[in-house]
This record gives sequence, structure tokens and C-alpha cells, in this order.
Amino acid sequence: MSNSISRFEDPGLPEHQHRKSDIDAIAANRAERQVAVLFLLSAIGTIGTIASYIFIDSKKFIYLPILGDTNAQQLALGTGLAASLFFIGIAAVHWAKTLMPDEEVIAERHEFRSSDEDRADFVTTVKERAGAAGLGRRSLIKRSMGIALGLIGLSPLVLLRDLGPLPKQQLFTTDWSAGVRLVTDPGDRPIKPSDLEVGAVAQVLPQLPAGTERTLENVGKDAVLLIRIRPEDFNLDAERLSWTHDGIIAFSKICSHMGCAVALYEQQTKHLLCPCHQSTFDVTRAAKVIFGPAARPLPQLALTLDADGYLVAKQGFTEPVGPSFWERNSA
Amino acid sequence: MRLNKFRRQKFAGPVLVVAALLTIGSAFSIASALPSAQKSEVSAQSTMVDEGKQIFLKGCSSCHGLNAEGGAVAPSLIGVGAAAVDFQVGTGRMPMADMSQQAMRKKPIYDAAQTAALAAYVASLAPGPAAVDPASLTWERDGNVAQGGELFRTNCAMCHNFAAQGGALTNGKYAPSLMGVEPQHIYEAMITGPQSMPKFSDKTITPAEKLSIIKWIKTAQSEPAIGGASLGRVGPVTEGLLVWTLGLGLLIGIAVWLATKAR
Repeated sequence: MSNSISRFEDPGLPEHQHRKSDIDAIAANRAERQVAVLFLLSAIGTIGTIASYIFIDSKKFIYLPILGDTNAQQLALGTGLAASLFFIGIAAVHWAKTLMPDEEVIAERHEFRSSDEDRADFVTTVKERAGAAGLGRRSLIKRSMGIALGLIGLSPLVLLRDLGPLPKQQLFTTDWSAGVRLVTDPGDRPIKPSDLEVGAVAQVLPQLPAGTERTLENVGKDAVLLIRIRPEDFNLDAERLSWTHDGIIAFSKICSHMGCAVALYEQQTKHLLCPCHQSTFDVTRAAKVIFGPAARPLPQLALTLDADGYLVAKQGFTEPVGPSFWERNSA
Repeated sequence: MRLNKFRRQKFAGPVLVVAALLTIGSAFSIASALPSAQKSEVSAQSTMVDEGKQIFLKGCSSCHGLNAEGGAVAPSLIGVGAAAVDFQVGTGRMPMADMSQQAMRKKPIYDAAQTAALAAYVASLAPGPAAVDPASLTWERDGNVAQGGELFRTNCAMCHNFAAQGGALTNGKYAPSLMGVEPQHIYEAMITGPQSMPKFSDKTITPAEKLSIIKWIKTAQSEPAIGGASLGRVGPVTEGLLVWTLGLGLLIGIAVWLATKAR
């Protein structure tokens, strides 16, 4: 047995297999016809597209098995255009695969490095031309060019300003404060306790001073869900119980996890569900988190009645509403 | 002579008795019915309640209790009103097929008259919202689609989906699709709060606003699907699934074909 391992020979390319259409004239003619048919199908598709645009009533609906009721013209336009483009592609590929030249050609790469002569030549040329352009002499051009090119680098820096401005106190404040009426969203009607039956909910917003426009930013912080349950169902401490009125309790609708609107209220289980990440809050226990990723209960809004018997906020929210943020000093 | 001949027939006696009874009976009933039409309406009402009670005892009392007082598995029906019965029985949700998380819509078991009788019985236990007469819901004339859409997005869309296609709740419960639901049942659901759904009081969403919500739902329902298969109108979920499976599968197939050498 020989100990020496002979070098593995490069087997080279496998022998070229000619296609059927290369060696058989009948096959070549068949391929030619196939390509022609594909191109003609594309033409038919285009003509169909144009014809359906002109002749099919744009209001006409037809019934098709899987699709159901479908607008006939839209369907014909889409199918026709798809056919006209698809068959052009298919025809081109089929043509290339069956009839276009099929010989393998090997083009060797030349070496990347230039010859030493060329390299030396280049250096001489650059030095010569730079001298001729007068970069050394014309310092005005050199400096102004330096300013122009340097300033270009500054413009992206300015765009960083769009990262601000900082929200300042906006994340801590809402439009709720002592004595602000709860009004329906939409409709802006104030609410009396007698307006809500047990098991009822209402989407509410704070009543803004007359002449103030309600913006989406307001709504995004102020949205509150008003819920009425039987008072004996509450399982609250004395302070939180004093924030309710006769079974009516109010929570911020902005999820303490990521700020989605938590308004899926199941009146039998008295659970509030956030649709984004399934955080679930127990209304009877001051919106305690019983499932999901939320870290804190929903902030509760303290309620009381004003002189006219309408529901008002006893005070603003005692904590920032919505998700956690850097400056918020809590979990 | 002819009379005598008749008298001599065997059946003459019984026939005469029956004829006499019929005459007396119908005369009495006409005479007694004429004076008070009101009285008969009250008695019809109480017949309906009795009828409803019989249906209730047979079909509902095993869960809701013999006096509709509720039980371990079913709530009390005292004070839920005729509207709740019309909704639950009229949409086939009650009686439930099994004790699953949620009663689902199915073919109603009781017909309209039986449902009305059941509703009359439950309404007779304690006052509650009355069943809604479809003719009184003039949503087509009085509803405002734009207002209805705004109300729907604030109050309904979080559970029932932005296109009223329904959505999931917790523990297998769900908000059903609102496509094809009769207007009176939509209205009754809003005022009675069936199952997981809370009530929407007439003061916070006025009856006129409720008509607008119905009109918006009906408008959304009749919105044509121009491209055919609407894929459930639930947004990017089904659309993405279709593109990622069918669309990408097709592209991969074409790529494979492109790379195979022709023979």
C-alpha cells in the first residue's frame, strides 16, 4: 500500500450535453412554435385588457366559485394584464433556454494588479497635473473648496434636531383636573349617574373650556372608560372606593404597557382586555393586571358630582397615563 | 208528515242535541265577547304569558330556574326585559346547544310567536327594556352614516373589528361578526348587553345615534368587494398569509423553472 496520497485531479467541466433542439431540427421547430404561441398569448392578453376596458360595464358584478361576487371589469383587466406580462416573460425564458446559443465559453480573468510601469506612470501624471492645475498656487480655490465640502458634512447633523423637541411635562399632564365634567365621545354631552345602567359603559373625554379645539393629542392622553357595576362587586381599598360613585368607576383607556386603547370590556367577568398584547385588567380590583405584559394597573380617575348632578373629576390623574418612559419614576 | 218521518230516523236525537248546543254556545260567546274588547286583550296577554311560562318551564328552567331566578350556570332573568329574550332567542343563541364559553348564533329553535310568548313571560316578572319593533327602527331614513362610523369606531370597533367582522376576547369568548344581523337585534344588543357585551345607555348613545350605528353597519355590509374574495376583511393577517404562501410559492416555482437546463 502506498503512503503517498496522489493529488486530486481537477475533473474539468463535464462534457457538454447538447439540447434536443440543437441536434434535432424538428425539436427546434417545435420550440420555435412554442415561443411564438407564448408571445401570441401575451398579445391576446393585451387585446383582452383593452377590450374589457371598452366593452365591460364597470358596475357589473359576476359570481365566481372561490372569489364570490367580483367586479367583472376589474377581474378582466387584471387577468388580461397579468397574462400579457406573464407570457412575454415566459416566452423570453423559453426562447433563451431552448433556442439561443448554448455553447459554454471560458473567459479567463486577467490579473488585477497593474504593471509596475503603469503604476509609476500614474504617480508621475498625478503630480504633474496637480502642479499644472495650480492647487499649490491658487489658495483661494483650495480654501473655498474646503469650506464647501466641509459644510456638506454639517447638513445631516442639523436633521438630528428632528429627534426633539423633548416632551417636557406633556407626558405627565392630561386635561383632567378637579371639577372637569365627563362628556361623551363623540357628542360631548355631560353625563349623570342615572344615565348609566348597571353593566353599561361609556367612552368619555374631559369637557374642554369653550373655544378650545380637541386635538388627537388630547384624546390620546385624555380618553377614559366609564363603567357601572353593582357597588357590592367592588374589591377596593377605602381611598379607591371613594373615587367611585355608586358603582361607577373610571379608568384611563391608554394601556400602561404600550399605549393602545384598552376598551374591550367584558361585562360578565368585569375584565378589560387590551387588543394589542392581551393585557387583562380586573375592573373590580382597580384595574389590577391579571394577565399579559402590562406592568401597572390602568390609572383610575377619581369621580364625584358637581352642583348640577353631573359626573366630574374629583382631581386629575395622580400618575402619568400610558406606557412607561425614561423620566417616569416607577416600574 | 215529513217532520214525523225525520223524527223517526235513528240519528235524529243526537243531531238535534248537537245543533241546539252549537246555537246556544255561539250565541253566548258572541254575547259575552261583544261588551268588552279590552277584556279580551288582557286575557290574550295573560294567555301569552301562560304560554310563555309553559315554554319556559320546558326549555329554559333547567338552567335559569323554575321562576327564572337563575342558577349555578345561568343568570337570573328577572328584569332583563323582553328585549333580551327577543335577542337571545330570536338569534338562536338561547337555548344554548352546549355549556361552552359563549352561546353562538344558530338557527332559532322557537318561532316568532313562541319567542314573543317567552318574552311576554319574562317581561311579566319585572319591568325591563321592551322588545324592539323592526318597523320602528327607521335607520334607513334617519340614520347618519358618517356619525354612525364615528360612534362605531369609538364604541364598537375595539371588539367587533373596524369592519364589523368580529374579533376575539379572552378565554375563547369572542365578539361576533355583525354582518347580516337584523337591525332590531343590533339595537337590542346595545340596550341589553348580552353575554360579554356591556350595555350602551340611551343617554350616552341616544336612540338616534343607535340608528346611525345600524346604518353604518348596514352600509359596511353592502360595500361591494370589487376584487372578489374579501379575505374576511380583517386586514393584513389573511392578506399576508395568502401572499407569503401562495405568492411566494409561485415565485419559488418560477425561480426553479428558470434555473433548470432545457433538455
